[in-house]
Amino acid sequence: MTQLSMRKVTLRLSDGTCFHGTSFGYEQPVAGEVVFNTAMMGYPESLTDPSYAGQLMALTYPLVGNYGVPAFSMEADGLATFMESDRIYASAIIVSDYSERYSHWNAHESLAEWLKREHIPGITGIDTRALTKCLREHGVMMGQIIFDDEPDNLPEATYEGVNFVDEVSCKEVITYRQEGLENPKKVVLLDCGVKHNIIRCLVRRGVEVIRVPWDYDFNQLEFDGLFLSNGPGDPNTCDIAVQHIRKFIEAEMPKQESRPLMGICMGNQLLGKAAGATVYKLKYGHRSHNQPVRMVGTERCFITTQNHGYAVDTETLMPGWEPYFVNMNDGSNEGIRHTSKPWFSAQFHPEACAGPVDTEFLFDDFIALLK
Amino acid sequence: MKIENIHKVLVLGSGALKIGEAGEFDYSGSQALKALREEGVSTVLINPNIATVQTSEGVADKIYFLPVSPYFVEKVIQKEQPDGILLSFGGQTALNCGVELYKEGILEKYGVQVLGTPIQAIIDTEDRELFVERLNEIDVKTIKSEACETIEAAREAAARLGYPVILRAAYALGGLGSGFCDNEEQLNRLAEKAFSFSPQVLVEKSLKGWKEIEYEVVRDRYDNCITVCNMENFDPLGIHTGESIVIAPSQTLTNSEYHKLRALAIKIIRHIGIVGECNVQYAFDPESEDYRVIEVNARLSRSSALASKATGYPLAFVAAKLGMGYGLFELNNSVTKTTSAFFEPALDYVVCKIPRWDLNKFRGVDRELGSSMKSVGEVMAIGRTFEEAIQKGLRMIGQGMHGFAANKALQIEDIDRSLAAPTDKRVFVVAEALKQGYSIERIHELTKIDLWFLQKLENIFITEKELKRVGGLNNVDADLMRKAKRQGFSDFQIARATGLMAEGMDSDEAVLQVRQYRKWLGVLPVVKQIDTLAAEYPALTNYLYLTYSGVSGDVDYKGDKRSIVVLGSGAYRIGSSVEFDWCGVQALNTIRENGFRSVMINYNPETVSTDYDMCDRLYFDELTFERVMDILELENPHGVIVSTGGQIPNNLALKLDQQHMPILGTTAQSIDNAEDRDKFSAMLDRIGVDQPEWSALTSLEDIHTFVEKVGYPVLVRPSYVLSGAAMNVCSNDEELNRFLSLAANVSQKHPVVVSKFMLNTKEVEMDAVARNGEIIAYAISEHVEFAGVHSGDATIMFPAQKLYVETVRRIKKISGQIARELKISGPFNIQYLARDNEIKVIECNLRASRSFPFVSKVLKINLIDIATRIMLGLPVEKPSKSCFDFDYVGVKASQFSFNRLQNTDPRLGVDMASTGEVGCLGEDANSALLKSMLSVGQRVPEHNVLISAGDPKHKTMLLNAARQLVNKGYKVYATRGTSKFLTESGVENTRVWLPSELAEERPVNLDIPMALDMLHNKEIDLVISIPRDIVTDEKHNGYRVRRASIDLNIPLITNPRLAAAFVNAFCTVPLDSLDITAWDEY
Repeated sequence: MTQLSMRKVTLRLSDGTCFHGTSFGYEQPVAGEVVFNTAMMGYPESLTDPSYAGQLMALTYPLVGNYGVPAFSMEADGLATFMESDRIYASAIIVSDYSERYSHWNAHESLAEWLKREHIPGITGIDTRALTKCLREHGVMMGQIIFDDEPDNLPEATYEGVNFVDEVSCKEVITYRQEGLENPKKVVLLDCGVKHNIIRCLVRRGVEVIRVPWDYDFNQLEFDGLFLSNGPGDPNTCDIAVQHIRKFIEAEMPKQESRPLMGICMGNQLLGKAAGATVYKLKYGHRSHNQPVRMVGTERCFITTQNHGYAVDTETLMPGWEPYFVNMNDGSNEGIRHTSKPWFSAQFHPEACAGPVDTEFLFDDFIALLK
Repeated sequence: MKIENIHKVLVLGSGALKIGEAGEFDYSGSQALKALREEGVSTVLINPNIATVQTSEGVADKIYFLPVSPYFVEKVIQKEQPDGILLSFGGQTALNCGVELYKEGILEKYGVQVLGTPIQAIIDTEDRELFVERLNEIDVKTIKSEACETIEAAREAAARLGYPVILRAAYALGGLGSGFCDNEEQLNRLAEKAFSFSPQVLVEKSLKGWKEIEYEVVRDRYDNCITVCNMENFDPLGIHTGESIVIAPSQTLTNSEYHKLRALAIKIIRHIGIVGECNVQYAFDPESEDYRVIEVNARLSRSSALASKATGYPLAFVAAKLGMGYGLFELNNSVTKTTSAFFEPALDYVVCKIPRWDLNKFRGVDRELGSSMKSVGEVMAIGRTFEEAIQKGLRMIGQGMHGFAANKALQIEDIDRSLAAPTDKRVFVVAEALKQGYSIERIHELTKIDLWFLQKLENIFITEKELKRVGGLNNVDADLMRKAKRQGFSDFQIARATGLMAEGMDSDEAVLQVRQYRKWLGVLPVVKQIDTLAAEYPALTNYLYLTYSGVSGDVDYKGDKRSIVVLGSGAYRIGSSVEFDWCGVQALNTIRENGFRSVMINYNPETVSTDYDMCDRLYFDELTFERVMDILELENPHGVIVSTGGQIPNNLALKLDQQHMPILGTTAQSIDNAEDRDKFSAMLDRIGVDQPEWSALTSLEDIHTFVEKVGYPVLVRPSYVLSGAAMNVCSNDEELNRFLSLAANVSQKHPVVVSKFMLNTKEVEMDAVARNGEIIAYAISEHVEFAGVHSGDATIMFPAQKLYVETVRRIKKISGQIARELKISGPFNIQYLARDNEIKVIECNLRASRSFPFVSKVLKINLIDIATRIMLGLPVEKPSKSCFDFDYVGVKASQFSFNRLQNTDPRLGVDMASTGEVGCLGEDANSALLKSMLSVGQRVPEHNVLISAGDPKHKTMLLNAARQLVNKGYKVYATRGTSKFLTESGVENTRVWLPSELAEERPVNLDIPMALDMLHNKEIDLVISIPRDIVTDEKHNGYRVRRASIDLNIPLITNPRLAAAFVNAFCTVPLDSLDITAWDEY
């Protein structure tokens, strides 16, 4: 039985509110934007989701660590077997009741062991419901995890205006394809911090994925479709990407048979910006596995995974663009599409991981459009 | 959009509470009716369960207290001409009835549209073979199972699949008639029983040890689907989910596992075409992601009630709206009121359901848990750690346990065996095993309970040891105190673990000391909301629980003294069930109507009182002194009502009063004066009221002296019970000695109450409400059975039909005297014995009794409303005398669940055995009796009736009935003595062999049929088998006949008075002459 480290810590929010708990992860003060996630499982996937870069992730579900962590193994194509990227991207994890011991046939180590290995702090004993209410009322805030026995060791960080996409995107072009495929369709994947399951979902459908860095001008490449990935932070810091997308749109617009485009999350925001819309910061974002969205103009509704702090203002879209999905709780935008061209995007995560898989059909829709 | 042209809808209820079908359907039916009303639809409800909330005024427009059977439902359809019918809100009873109505073409004949899930989808899920076929079509794996129509086929199937196999009866509720077979011999036995319930039996490969996971899925007619909740069983597959501890949400599933099963559930519900709610149960391999679908329930179920309470999502309400044609996107989340009903709740707490068994009440019952249900109730505990939730839950089940730790040591002979073959004590066996040094790995090997759960239980065990080690309460620091409280330790557990009680301190005193010390340390609970979205959106709900894992609460207490706190009734158990939920809900209604803030404390997920919109604040939490005090200190209420929730709140009265809590109504002192036998008896003597002779005795010698004086039989009630039944009737020295040596520890500290047991005496009940000692309203009812049958098992007629006017007058007078003496303000109940105008008081409870809803509804005067108004100090009008004079009769009959309780002798005695009841109205006593007997599963026999009575008095009581049967053209079969008696009395009959007689009598006359053979061949339609007396165990003849009747699903009556009344009823009132009258039409 592993012994829980009993070092006491304080989570201090930028408005001065403090929560007291104990450390179970890597013992080092850290700061970042504090966000809450209401998902009830899937901590290995969430921690490795690059969209959490720069954030301290608080889980509202209190019991965490129950099933341990699977082995961090990589497949031959360079994709993680069980995780969503190559490492933990969240800056810290904040929970109420960390389960020191775990039980699962596929577990390789405990959450604590993993966090320590990857130098990521984790704290437990926090009333994450009270914390969530705090963030709900004040909006997201910066926060610091401070070790009580090192009160002067104060961590610092900024979130707003930082280009986290640049930090997490790949640095060179990588291609993925199933072995033995002849002349597969080629999809350029603009990597703003892509989750591996997006790549898996595409590769599984028999296309070649050309993963390019976020600021790469893919217009010079030969490809059949464009895919815009998820990613962390503020879309307003990614102007280069927006310009490249706009270039693609402008080039394709006059064509009889325009090449298709699909975006997810950050991809939705970048597409929105390319389509003239403004993007604003939500008070406390959507981070959960239970967000209801409705396909505009239909009676079709879906439960989706979400992880975003910004939203597209659809009122500001250029003519020719329209909302595709809308959030049924707060009415915010959940996707846009072009009225006549094969271009669409979702603010939520059809690739799930973690979360419900109900909207994976969007990948099928995209693949079907590839000519 | 709403379906057009549905103006009137018929809703089928589930009838009496029984094992496998209990209070959860009062909740689901009530919500459905509420949803329909909101649509302006006129509602008709058929449910003979008169104690339910759904059969109260203002819930449905028309209420019929009639059996939920095709015959009666057709009659009601004929009369009411509804446009639509809801089948999925009344459990298996309603579903089965609906399928029959459909198959017989009745629904089509009257143009009644089935709302919600189409009938074919129901049939697809109910018929095993069809079900497997349907799932095969979409490549979903089911448990390999073979449908068999004969025992031979079942044997062959089992041989093919390989033992162990599980046997299930198709179309059976709660796993009735199912079980595991390790070999052919077991299979033969079980198969015979299963075939008696169903023409089809399923043989399946057993997957013992796999995880059991459930999903509650909702689909609208636009094909939108959500899973509201998933749940994981603490106990692995092999134990019926109704017998398992269940955790929500699942704890040991990874994201990929959770969503694999979720996606499958949605795929299934779409393919089958459910519109509304359904439940999908999986077996899940603990070593891979392999799975099997166990079953799909195309209706609201126990699990859906639990899911609804666990998440705050009003499943039944939403399902009813979907049945009316709405899409999920058109409905709002009724908790947040602003967000959509199309969403999946996110929990920020963990919920633990624990079943409550009452196996002690049944002699000889098989205690092992298996694939068929035996529990009679359940509790739901909420916490922010697993340890907190399970410890709360283990206290809530009310079986003398204080949680997982600090309990009295359990005597277990063979721990290995007890771990491997779980009984109702299983969790406590795990605790004992830990104490004896078993590793959790070893416990896992034996129990197959997931290691994660065992790790958490071990945490509790370790903390208990820590508490024991610190050397006294004062050495417990704030950190340890907080840790213990976060793990759900009660003040009592902490007192015991730190040795306070060992120092000889009184336990109440010790608990108070811990409380004080804990507060001084600053360790206090906080109140959290259940809001369905884990605080993501503000919620308007006041659905609350308390936890120590938190720094701030969600409720703003105003300190306005407007709160009235009603203490609920806790887990349903034998003797306390839906009737007290009705009382609690009525009290809440009156409180609300009068401008107070209604507050409920209760933890029973099967109830209406724990529904999210029944009161202004619901604390889903414990009814212990500690927790009630926590809540009262926060609420600072105007008053507390302890008299509408049965015995649990009643028992808290004195302790709360001592802490100066404002108890409304009758004072705690008076309650104590009625509860304390000594004080009560002295009072009766003082005011000159007669009672059966009794004495509290502290030595065997005194007991014998007393018995010599009053004579046998005597009723013996030990105050400290070693094992088995809590009380017993003894007819001679031998029985008395045996009972005292086996069951009771007689000592100075633990006196035994012995009272004269009166035979051949009528029992009369007085349910009443008084104000400052003056009776305002009352109801006098009469038992059909003579004294000796527990009042909860008795058949009750109201108004009393066969009492002397003089007797009634005396009862009123005595009741008035007692009310005055105890200064009663509120509800109360007195039980009387009456013989030849001689009246004796047996018992007096200064609280609402089990029969309050029954008499209130028959009277059409809500006694709880009056009582609550009195307790609130509001003016009440005394109902006029004419209100107590009406020209119809109500009969309350009891529902037994012996078919679930293997091996127990299905007979009645001083300990209550029924699990539920019905109440039907009729133009006269016979029709009311007939309706209620048919409602509890009796059938009017077609041809043959078997009569067996040992005692000459019983034979005489049945003589007239036998004659009536013969005159009506029935064939009467009788056992030796009974046959002889009937023949001598000139009643034609055929003698049958009892099992042991074959051996006794020589020569054997082979022309005489064997009773058991006739039962097995289904040649008998009704068995009347009267035990010789209420004490002696009959291991052979009577027992075997009774048991066979139950196991073979043949109606059985074991009381001579009830048997005679029932025979008289069906011989004089033809079925088609029974009036089909709605409640308000009487």
